Amino acid sequence: MAGFRFILRGQRWISPLVLILLWELGSRLGAIPARVLAAPSSVTQTAWDMIVSGELPSNMLVSLARAMTGLAFGVVIGSALAVAAGLTRTGENVVDAPIQMLRTLPTLALTPLFIVWFGIGETPKIALITLGTTFPIYLNLYNGIRGVDPKLIEAARSFGLKGWDLVWHIVLPAALPSFLLGLRFALAGSWLILVVAEQINATAGLGYLINNARDFSRTDIIVVCLVVYALLGLTADMIVRTLERHALAWRPSFIRS
Amino acid sequence: MAQAVIRPFVQSAPALAALPAKPAVQVRGFTRRFGDTVVLQGLDLEIGQGEFVALLGRSGSGKTTLLRTLAGLDPADANSVQTPIARAVVFQEPRLMPWKRVWRNVALGLGGPEARDHARAALTEVGLGHRLDVWPVTLSGGEAQRAALARALVREPQLLLLDEPFAALDAMTRIRMHELVLSLWRAHAPAVLLVTHDVDEAIVLADRVLVLDEGRIAAEERIGLPRPREIGTEFQAIRRRLLQHLGLDRSPTPAPEGALVNFPTGAAGS
Repeated sequence: MAGFRFILRGQRWISPLVLILLWELGSRLGAIPARVLAAPSSVTQTAWDMIVSGELPSNMLVSLARAMTGLAFGVVIGSALAVAAGLTRTGENVVDAPIQMLRTLPTLALTPLFIVWFGIGETPKIALITLGTTFPIYLNLYNGIRGVDPKLIEAARSFGLKGWDLVWHIVLPAALPSFLLGLRFALAGSWLILVVAEQINATAGLGYLINNARDFSRTDIIVVCLVVYALLGLTADMIVRTLERHALAWRPSFIRS
Repeated sequence: MAQAVIRPFVQSAPALAALPAKPAVQVRGFTRRFGDTVVLQGLDLEIGQGEFVALLGRSGSGKTTLLRTLAGLDPADANSVQTPIARAVVFQEPRLMPWKRVWRNVALGLGGPEARDHARAALTEVGLGHRLDVWPVTLSGGEAQRAALARALVREPQLLLLDEPFAALDAMTRIRMHELVLSLWRAHAPAVLLVTHDVDEAIVLADRVLVLDEGRIAAEERIGLPRPREIGTEFQAIRRRLLQHLGLDRSPTPAPEGALVNFPTGAAGS
């Protein structure tokens, strides 16, 4: 629906196109030196070359694997902690207070500490992403579990549901919208942290490509990598939206006909 | 005359012979406190198998507490409160799980391969056989409450607890729901406890109307009128007596034709 309006309202595309044309023109006239910013045409050419040579896909996969591994750990740990804290009094006492304190720390501030602990290999990178994605998952899912309508729980109990059945059929589905919101934040966070984490002595990945390109002033490669970062972020968001449309089909906003 | 029908609730000893079967619900000297507030005070209550009982009472009289106790939602010791195991509640709000399709709501907690068939049968009975697979938010208020009834029915309860289930419905829908509840009650014969604010609703539906006041059953009225019940002279007399017990006797009720005896003004007899 939104896509249709985008195409119909074509004038929205005009100003970005004009900007790119101006950029190209500036580069050709020498107003924007390639050392500062490569021309769109040369960026496109470089992108094509990097795709054909396999350099871009292979490094992109490395970055993607990092982000997804960190995210997977973050989702599992954050969900486990949230379920423990959300469902039991003991869990809340043990888990919630330290997490509420830790989450005030900017994750990236821990980078030096993580390098000391985990060295400069893959571990600190994935650990940073894990940490950064655990919090949004935890906070949203915990709030979601705590916010479940007690009347629905009571009704379910009156029909004999208890224990794990109650959690599975009532609590978790009711908290699912909050979880998916957390997942969206976590995805955005994993990307942000990835960019910084990949600056730690990487030997592969988009961050490695950017670092290398910086050393040789290859602004065209840097721009290609930035565009890839943006596209990956956009794709991730689209995946979560699709997930929401299927998992939350019962919500009034998703019901058609 | 009135005293013969309505009386303070004492142990209904003479009725024992008329009830050979064990009553569905038996409450003896039940007391429930919240902190220092005593909500139910030495309450006695019996509901026979298949009997339809309505419970009236002012706000805060403990109606809902009693219903929750019978539903097993509040703790009670087994000596003072005995209920059948098969019991089901319909609440004031439908309380359908919005993330489960209607039939899954009805089949909640049932399990087994025939769950859908049971749910379909129950939904068909309440006239929702065509809405098995829709999401609850797409149901109207009356439909949602009917689905809630189906969810209670599908468990074949021996005790059906209705907590003001029609209060939020419009007048037309409510009348249709009354008919539905009566026909379901006839078909399945559960004992029913209907908690309500609505005196007319209680008289239209129940075999027996109880008034709860200060934590105990303050009055009891057997309704002998044949169903379906129309608002007539006797209906109004019952209503007046119940309203008196609820402390609402000031409300102006239209005088039934030819019945001037109830007006204590000296001029009435002349």
